[in-house]
Amino acid sequence: MAKSVEEVADAMYKLVKDADGLKKLKAMDLIKSMTELYGDEVDKKLCKSAIKELINSGKCVYTYFGGSYIELPHREGAAND
Amino acid sequence: MADALPKTPMLDELEKGGWPSFVTEIKLAAEKNPMGKDLLGLLERSYKEKIGHWKHGGIVGVMGYGGGVIGRYNDLPEEYPNISHFHTMRINQPAGWFYTSEALRGICDIWEKRGSGLTNMHGSTGDIILLGTSTDQLEPTFQDLAKIDFDIGGSGSDVRTPSCCCGMARCEWACYDTMAACYDFTMTYQDELHRPAFPYKFKFKFSGCPNDCVASIARSDMSIIGTWRDEIQIDKDAVKEYADSGMDIDSDVVGNCPGKCMAWDGKELKINDKFCVHCMHCINAMPKALRPGKDRGATILIGSKAPIVEGALLSSVLIPFIKMEPPYQEIKDLVDKMWDLWCEEGKNRERIGEFIQRIGLGNFLDEIEVDPIPEMVAHPRENPYVFYEDYYEDEDEDDEEGDDE
Ligand code: SF4
Ligand code: SF4
Repeated sequence: MAKSVEEVADAMYKLVKDADGLKKLKAMDLIKSMTELYGDEVDKKLCKSAIKELINSGKCVYTYFGGSYIELPHREGAAND
Repeated sequence: MADALPKTPMLDELEKGGWPSFVTEIKLAAEKNPMGKDLLGLLERSYKEKIGHWKHGGIVGVMGYGGGVIGRYNDLPEEYPNISHFHTMRINQPAGWFYTSEALRGICDIWEKRGSGLTNMHGSTGDIILLGTSTDQLEPTFQDLAKIDFDIGGSGSDVRTPSCCCGMARCEWACYDTMAACYDFTMTYQDELHRPAFPYKFKFKFSGCPNDCVASIARSDMSIIGTWRDEIQIDKDAVKEYADSGMDIDSDVVGNCPGKCMAWDGKELKINDKFCVHCMHCINAMPKALRPGKDRGATILIGSKAPIVEGALLSSVLIPFIKMEPPYQEIKDLVDKMWDLWCEEGKNRERIGEFIQRIGLGNFLDEIEVDPIPEMVAHPRENPYVFYEDYYEDEDEDDEEGDDE
């Protein structure tokens, strides 16, 4: 049975949280991991909707460090007050 | 008037001469906004010390989007507090860079209120560049711009804001409607533009003819350049007029034809269109006498980029001729296939042109299901070791399986 956007977004959030401080994940890393985890129960469109949900909810943010990543919101080192 | 401006003897040098000067513009902006004053001070200091004082900010943005804001902080915030934050916003320009004065005033009013007031019209990708604001002003700026129908453009590993030449709006050489195509692609790929999901950036540029006024062949991952596939249209009377008015057709036009396919006997101009390489030279030289053919469309090229991680590349031909008719589905289907492959196999910060070089054009074409053709040869063979086995094997397998065409 196809997974719901929320379920996939939650699974993605867990991945990002577990990788926090260890590895920066790109959108494609999340999509690939979901395909490995759920197989036919997800497709690219669903995964993209889950990423959108993750970002729009404020649980994760896009960051750019040479490439674009998805991370937990945090104060960046370079920021001034 | 704001506080007195800092002394900037080195920057002042850049106000001399006949050209517009960004220093003059910053000084003007500084009369209204203290950011300009600090910007002048910091820049003069950087020129003296030969050190840049900007720090890269990788997180700032607007809610829901992953691109369009370039974070900047200075590393001397106590001394230059007004530009402690100095983020850039990229705003999606209208196709062909046409504005009403009302639209321009709207943008400028928002930016004087929310940012430094300084703009760069336009950045190299084509966006309106709004230079310098603080983190807390990003979201309100975004909301204000939305009210006047402007949206943020691309940055990071996403589709960058597509751009096009003014095409049919102003130019008689346009072989397709560049502005319509650019707008259509921009709207189709909104998700890819605002939510970065690629190994690196991807640019579309639309030029209406091979004059390529937006330099798409050098600056876009997918260059869509107008062309024709029938004969160049010749107005014989107008050719005669050029000759009568003193133009040296033999030397200036025929002699410079890279296809060596023109002949002029003093009375009649002949073109062997089979060998024309569509360079536009003759048409540019005699615009009243020659024009592109009537069967018009575009050539799709792939893979150019400026030298950032690797060296510069020019795009090379993928589809020699395609009709440019909405909804451009054939091109979009091809784009989807290329993106799927590149996203799956591309390395971080690898442009699609570099990716094709790494895996080989043959493998790339196989994967996106496009047959190789001679037009794809970018330049004569430089490697004498050519292996054909893979292609023969593939064909055999296909035959056995008798699967989809
Ligand atoms: S690229 Fe061709 S069609 Fe477009 S503005 Fe330039 S000359 Fe005209
Ligand atoms: S377009 Fe270029 S190649 Fe073609 S006939 Fe004119 S000058 Fe020659």
